[in-house]
Amino acid sequence: MSWVIKNVTLYGEGEPVDVVLDEGTITAIGSGLSGDDELDASGCVLLPGLVDLHTHLREPGREDAETVDTGTQAAAVGGFTAVHAMANTTPVADTAGVVEQVWRLGQEYARCDVFPVGAVTVGLEGKDMAELGTMADSAARVRVFSDDGKCVSDASLMRRALEYVKAFDGVIAQHAQEPRLTDGAQMNEGINSSLLGLTGWPAVAEEAIIARDCLLAGHVGGRLHVCHVSTAGSVELIRWAKGKGWDVTAEVTPHHLLLTDDCAHSYDPTFKVNPPLRTQVDIDALREGLADGTIDAVATDHAPHALEDKETEWGAAAMGMTGLETAVAVVAQTMVEPGRLTWRQVAERMSEAPARIGRLEGHGRPLAVGEPANLTVVDPAAPWVVDPATMASRSRNTPFAGHHLPARVKATFLRGALTAREGKPV
Amino acid sequence: MNRHLLSAADLSLEDATLILDTANEMAQVSDRTVKKLPTLRGRTVVNLFFEDSTRTKTSFELAAKRLSADVINFAAKGSSVSKGETLKDTALTLEAMGSDAVVIRHSWSGAPVNLARIVRGSVVNAGDGTHEHPTQALLDAFTMRQKLGRVEGLKVTIVGDILHSRVARSNVLLLKTLGAEVTLVAPPTLLPTGVDTWPADVSYDLDAVLPKSDVVMMLRVQRERMGAAYFPSAREYSRRYGLDVDRVQTLQDHTIVMHPGPMVRGMEIASEVADGLRSTIVDQVTNGVSVRMAVLYLLLGGSESAIGSAEA
Repeated sequence: MSWVIKNVTLYGEGEPVDVVLDEGTITAIGSGLSGDDELDASGCVLLPGLVDLHTHLREPGREDAETVDTGTQAAAVGGFTAVHAMANTTPVADTAGVVEQVWRLGQEYARCDVFPVGAVTVGLEGKDMAELGTMADSAARVRVFSDDGKCVSDASLMRRALEYVKAFDGVIAQHAQEPRLTDGAQMNEGINSSLLGLTGWPAVAEEAIIARDCLLAGHVGGRLHVCHVSTAGSVELIRWAKGKGWDVTAEVTPHHLLLTDDCAHSYDPTFKVNPPLRTQVDIDALREGLADGTIDAVATDHAPHALEDKETEWGAAAMGMTGLETAVAVVAQTMVEPGRLTWRQVAERMSEAPARIGRLEGHGRPLAVGEPANLTVVDPAAPWVVDPATMASRSRNTPFAGHHLPARVKATFLRGALTAREGKPV
Repeated sequence: MNRHLLSAADLSLEDATLILDTANEMAQVSDRTVKKLPTLRGRTVVNLFFEDSTRTKTSFELAAKRLSADVINFAAKGSSVSKGETLKDTALTLEAMGSDAVVIRHSWSGAPVNLARIVRGSVVNAGDGTHEHPTQALLDAFTMRQKLGRVEGLKVTIVGDILHSRVARSNVLLLKTLGAEVTLVAPPTLLPTGVDTWPADVSYDLDAVLPKSDVVMMLRVQRERMGAAYFPSAREYSRRYGLDVDRVQTLQDHTIVMHPGPMVRGMEIASEVADGLRSTIVDQVTNGVSVRMAVLYLLLGGSESAIGSAEA
C-alpha cells in the first residue's frame, strides 16, 4: 500500500510538494501525485524520521513503567523512527542475549526501530568491561555503549573502553557524574538547593568528568559521546575539545533546554531528574551550544517511572521524566520559534546527527527519491496543551503537564508504514 | 494566617507577631495549677513522626493536650516505597480517621509540603530533613523577646552546622521578618552554597563576632560529619567554633546563649556555659509548649468545627 503526503514542505523550506512512499522507500517527489492513501500535510514540515540516542524502555525488568511495546508507541507519537534503548534494565543489557531480545521486540512491534545500547561494564558496576565486541557482532549490531544512570568513573577503565570500541567503530556514551561529588545528591547545587534543604548535585561533578573524558578520548583517539549535557561549563569544555579536533559529540535533553531548578520549590518529584534541572544561565548556554553545533543532538532521556516511584517524598522518589512525546514540540518552542534553529537544522540535530553517532543505516537519510521512507510530518503551528492522561507511554511522569507547546507531530512513517497520527499510535 | 505552617517564610510580620503574642497568653496558662484550656475540645491532632524526636513530639503533644484536643501519636519510621506504606497512604489513613491537624516530623526535606497537598486539615512542619523547623524558630524568637524585650534590631549570631540545619534556615527567615540582624558563623565547609544570597552576614571567625552579639545560638554538630571531611576533628572544631568558658567572657553582660538541643556538651558548647546564667536552653523547652499551643490554636481555632460540640 502506498502513501502520498500532500502539500508538505521538505525541511520547512521551499514550495509545498507531494511525497509518495511505496515499498518502504520514497518513490516520488513532485506535484499532483497520488497514492493508495493520502495525508493532507498543508502547512506541515517533512523531516527525516527522528532518532533518539537516549531512551529508557524499561523492558526487561520494569514492565510496569514501560515496555518496548508502549515505549515505541510513545516514540512513534513523538515522531521517532529509531530509539536507542539504554542498558540499565533488569537484567542489565550487558550480554548479546539481552540486547538481541530487546532488538527483536522492537522488530516485532514494528513501530520504531529499537537499537539497544550495551552496558560498558558488567552489571553497570563499573568494575569489569562487558563483552562489548560480542554485543557489536550480535544481531542487535550494538555501536553505542553506556553505563547510563551511572558514570564510568574509573579513569583507567574509561580509557580502555574508549580504546577497545575503536575495533568496531563503537562509541562510549558517558553519563558524566563524579560519584564522590554527588553522594546523596537530590537537585542542582545552588541557591535553591540550599533554601530547600536538598543535597546539591554541583555542576563541577559533571564538568570534571567531561574534561577528563575529552582528554582521554583525545589521548587514545577514541570516540566519546557525552550524554545529557546540563551545564554551561560542560558546553564550554565540549567546544574546547571539538576545537582540538577530538572525536567528541554531545546531546542535550528537551527538559534541560526549558526547565530550571526553580521547579523544585514544589517538592514535586516529577521534576527530579539526573542530571538535575539547572539554572537559566545553563539553559542559555545549552541553547547556544545546540544552535552553534557544539551540542550535536537532542536526546530525550525518556525515563518512565511507575506512579508509586514518583508519588512520594522528593528524597525517596526515582529520578527521571518522560520525553518522547514532547521532544520536538519543546525544541520548536525553545529553538525554532526564537529563531535559533531552522527546521532544516532540527532535522540535523534530531535525526541526521544522532543516526551518525549511532552508526545507523537507514535513518537520518536525505529526503530524496530512493531513500528509506522513515519520515516525520510536523505541524509547526498546532498549539496543544500537554495532558499526561492522553499520552502513549505507560508512565505519566512528564514535567510538561499543562504546558502550552507550539508544534505537534502530525504523522510518523517507518519504512513507508504509518506508525502514529495526530498524537495516537497506529 | 495560612492554613498550614510549612516554612518560616510563610509567616508575615503580622502572623509572627500574632503567634508570639498568643504564645505569651498561653504561657500564663502554663503557670496555673490547672494547665488546660477547652479551646480545641473535640478536635484531633495527629503527631506523625517519621523520625525520632522525644522533645519535639512531647512538646507538641503537651501543647495539644493543654488545648483539650485529642492527640494521636503516630510513629512511623522510614517511608520509602521499599519499606511499605507510603507517605500518601499514611496521609489518606489519617484523613479517613478525621484528623484536624497533622504535625509532621520527617527525615526528607519537603515531606510536609507533599503531605499538605493530600490532607484537608492543617499541616504543621515539626522539622523536615535539612529544610526547616518553623516552630523552633518561633520559640527561639519568643525566648529572645522574653529575655531581651524585643527581637527587632538584635544582633543574633548562629554558630555551627548551618549546611545541614533546619533550625538555622527557619531562624534566618523568621528573624529577617522580625527585623533582627543575623550573622552565621561556621567553617566554610558547613555553609550552604549561595549563602551570600541569604539575608544574613557570614563569618568564619567566631571570636570577632561574639563581642557584638546580643544572642548567640549554638547548633549541634554531628560527629559523623567528620567522616565526610567537613572538618578534621572534634577537638579542632571545638577549638575554633565551640563556645567555651573563655569565649563567654568576651560577651556583653546582657547577651544570652541559646541551643535548640540536643547538645553535644564539650563539642559545640562547654558544660559550664550550657548550665550557666546566660543559658536559655531550659527556657526554650518551656517556651516551646506555649508557642506550639499558639500555633495549633491559631491554625485550628479560626476554622469552624464541623460537628459542633458533639459529646457523648
